Amino acid sequence: MSETVINPEELVLTRKDFVPGNEVRWCPGCGDYSVLANMQKTLPLMGVPKENYTFVSGIGCSSRFPYYMDTYGFHGIHGRAPAIASGIKLANPNLAVWVITGDGDGFSIGGNHMIHVLRRNIDLNIMLFNNRIYGLTKGQYSPTSMLGMKTKSSPFGSVDRPFNPSAVAQGANATFIARALDVDAKGLQESIKRAQDHKGASFIEVYQNCLIFNDGEFEDLENRGTRPDFALFVTHGEPMIFGKDMDKGIIMKDNHPKVVALGGDWTEKDLLHHDETNPIITNLLLEMTFDDNNPTPFGILRAVEEPTYDGLLVSQIEEVTKIQGEGTLEDLFNSGDVWEVK
Amino acid sequence: MTKQIQRINDATIRFAGDSGDGMQLTGTRFTEATAIVGNDLKTIPNYPSEIRAPTGTLAGVSAFQLMFGSQRVFTPGDLPDTLVAMNPAALKVHLKDLKKGGIILANANAFTEKNLKMAGWEDNPLTDGSLESYTVFSIEMSKMVRTALEKSDLTSKGIERTKNMFALGVLFWMYNRPVEPTEEWLRKKFGKNPSIAEANITALKTGFNYGETTEIFTTSYAVEKADLPVGKYRNITGNVAVAYGLVAAAKKAGKKLFLGSYPITPASEILHTLSGLRNHGVKTFQAEDEIAGISSAIGAAYAGDLACTTTSGPGMALKTEAIGLAIITELPLVIVNVQRGGPSTGMPTKMEQSDLFQAVHGRNSDAPIPVIAAQDPADCFAVAFEAARIAIKYMTPVIMLSDGYLGQGSGPWQIPDPNDLPEIKVNHPDSSARGENGFMPYSRDEYETRPWALPGTPGLEHRIGGLEKENITGMVSQDPENHQLMTDLRARKVKNILKEIPPSEINGDKKGKLLIIGWGSTHGSIHVAVDRARVQGLDVSQLHLRWVSPFPSDLEEITKHFDEILIPEINAGQLALLLRAELLRPIHQLNKVRGEPFYASEIVDKINEILG
Repeated sequence: MSETVINPEELVLTRKDFVPGNEVRWCPGCGDYSVLANMQKTLPLMGVPKENYTFVSGIGCSSRFPYYMDTYGFHGIHGRAPAIASGIKLANPNLAVWVITGDGDGFSIGGNHMIHVLRRNIDLNIMLFNNRIYGLTKGQYSPTSMLGMKTKSSPFGSVDRPFNPSAVAQGANATFIARALDVDAKGLQESIKRAQDHKGASFIEVYQNCLIFNDGEFEDLENRGTRPDFALFVTHGEPMIFGKDMDKGIIMKDNHPKVVALGGDWTEKDLLHHDETNPIITNLLLEMTFDDNNPTPFGILRAVEEPTYDGLLVSQIEEVTKIQGEGTLEDLFNSGDVWEVK
Repeated sequence: MTKQIQRINDATIRFAGDSGDGMQLTGTRFTEATAIVGNDLKTIPNYPSEIRAPTGTLAGVSAFQLMFGSQRVFTPGDLPDTLVAMNPAALKVHLKDLKKGGIILANANAFTEKNLKMAGWEDNPLTDGSLESYTVFSIEMSKMVRTALEKSDLTSKGIERTKNMFALGVLFWMYNRPVEPTEEWLRKKFGKNPSIAEANITALKTGFNYGETTEIFTTSYAVEKADLPVGKYRNITGNVAVAYGLVAAAKKAGKKLFLGSYPITPASEILHTLSGLRNHGVKTFQAEDEIAGISSAIGAAYAGDLACTTTSGPGMALKTEAIGLAIITELPLVIVNVQRGGPSTGMPTKMEQSDLFQAVHGRNSDAPIPVIAAQDPADCFAVAFEAARIAIKYMTPVIMLSDGYLGQGSGPWQIPDPNDLPEIKVNHPDSSARGENGFMPYSRDEYETRPWALPGTPGLEHRIGGLEKENITGMVSQDPENHQLMTDLRARKVKNILKEIPPSEINGDKKGKLLIIGWGSTHGSIHVAVDRARVQGLDVSQLHLRWVSPFPSDLEEITKHFDEILIPEINAGQLALLLRAELLRPIHQLNKVRGEPFYASEIVDKINEILG
């Protein structure tokens, strides 16, 4: 048993079907609005009956997400959404289960569940809203806040080295890793589509601006004018090209990625080509994340097919049942040494 | 020389040896043979938490005790009649418990100077005359098996390992038990290694024949069949019984069983048992931690499985926040706590009843939950089944309390006819439950339970979670009136199950001087103590609680007919405190926290003290 997929045209679902009509209560201008809108736009196109979508979250601003989707939803406790979602998926593998989490929820209190759900490759879709700050508790540094960042709980600057969440996902052997930007509708929709279609645990890291407590954290990436020079959007099989005029590319030099100008000594075929199935390329892209000499990579960073936990469990139950026969209570109770008192 | 057979009503045997001597296995084989003979019995293991403490040390001693008899047996016995001591350390640790005049069966070859010194004996007790108040059979077991297995291709170490089968053989002769079931079992267990199987069988038979032929034994003992109710029986541990109870409940509810669990002593056997039942459709999820264990179970419950999580005290502490989530989302969930000694890591392999407060009150806020406790290993089946039935019917998490003594101890289980188990009605609303204003996930039926609407049902899309919910609509609400209403409602939901609790049973008279109230695994010791005291002419009765939250509605009325109340507990007085608050009257306590159950004699002494 796996997710039911029907021809999307037969389902005739639209964005409206996913809007519950209650008031959305994120701060005006929050990056979350864009992610929500793109989720509501994309899901109707996936061929999944609406009643099969189930959104699960933990605690934090982003974790209010399920209340704003007119689907099944479970607003859990801090950090535990991956575990709750795992139970939902194993109970009913037919459901399309999404986990919505943040950098605190998913990588601080829930870090353990995050790595294990990715390792197990349970067929869930996990979207991490990374704004590098605790928003709901009003502005403390998070495990993804940059070193030296001044917040309410780090008035002299944070001495806490940050995680690179997508790199953690890679370390946990995730089979699907994407990175998107809250203001980039195209990138978001592509990530959502690919994640929903992917069999196994899908991890999407969304860079999301917190207007109130960490405004401008991703300024160079969010600003339309500077974005082309700071962001690298990768596509499977394509050369790594970026820049306002698409005139820059990435080569490998001295075992490091290096930016070169196209047109002079370098042509497209000299450039590194993205391969979402090659872990060496994925690692290389992830290493560029905090590297000031390189652009920040976005897109589908990794996608490979591996057996899923839920699939293996279902087939193990089928196989054992085939060999041993369907168990009855009569057989179960009478296993072992039985004697009779007459 | 003709040997006598003496008829006795019951016997208590303790097997003690080094952790590596195979005492748990020896005890279990003796138990199976005893069950087959038709005696009633109870067992209890007692082993160190280290997998292999240094050989020969006091810390490394592992023991297994059983009592069996021709009448009902309620406990694994107080002081043993016979002690098997495979080394000096085992004798050192357990001698103090042996009845005066009791039998010691010792492996003389293990009483070397080095082992004696390690166990703290100055001289060899087997030869220095210090054990003259006991009947000592000092047998060179290691030498016997070496001689018997001269031609075996086993290594000398492998041969040495069969000495426990020799000891078992002697005991089989001494208590007139059949060797054949153990022979069969050995052949099956070592199917791939016939030479090991045969060596063990030779050792077993050598032991049996040794008892039969040597002149040191003059008497063997016979215990007649017990007068158990007619039916089929098997021996079962509490942990296996829990697993079977949950599987049975799932089948009777037409549900798949989901277990989210993290390994922990002494509860892991439930996970082990259930993970072997794939052909019953059982899904076991060995989670990354205790929190994920219960969280995955909550998710599975939301999506429609009969969900459960199993643990022991420290794991229970970690699950606390998630239990609150199950309460506020009003989802069916069975939480099994096989209690052990604490606080913190405490004594993982020793029993205690000290998580009662934690079960009843151990959560943030007003978070009531039904709590049910099993009273003996076989009872774990019925209690697990009942916990699941109530969880589903009342849409609530239920805590089931067991403990290490029940979980790893064993006793005969009268195998029920699956057709006699009650069906568990499950009602999932379909699309028609959607009204004009949409679906109401927190609407109420006659039991005040909310509908169990499953993801995947068209039209019933709804959100639940840990934020306070408005009654009926299930919308997030911070409204003061609603929070009062929901807090009251959650308390009432627990009280509503009182309708399900049958009238309390009393062992003894319905009025009198002293009523002993117990809960959980103290049932057997209290039962034996009350029976003994009543034979002495003492005016004492017993009431044993199955539900500890809520308390049965007839409890207050019953207690009014007794002058005094005594509560024996394997904790510092938790039920006593709860019942004083409930009944507003003084209560005598008997408390013991030594990691072991009560001796019936300790309770008899207390009864005498109160009534004397």
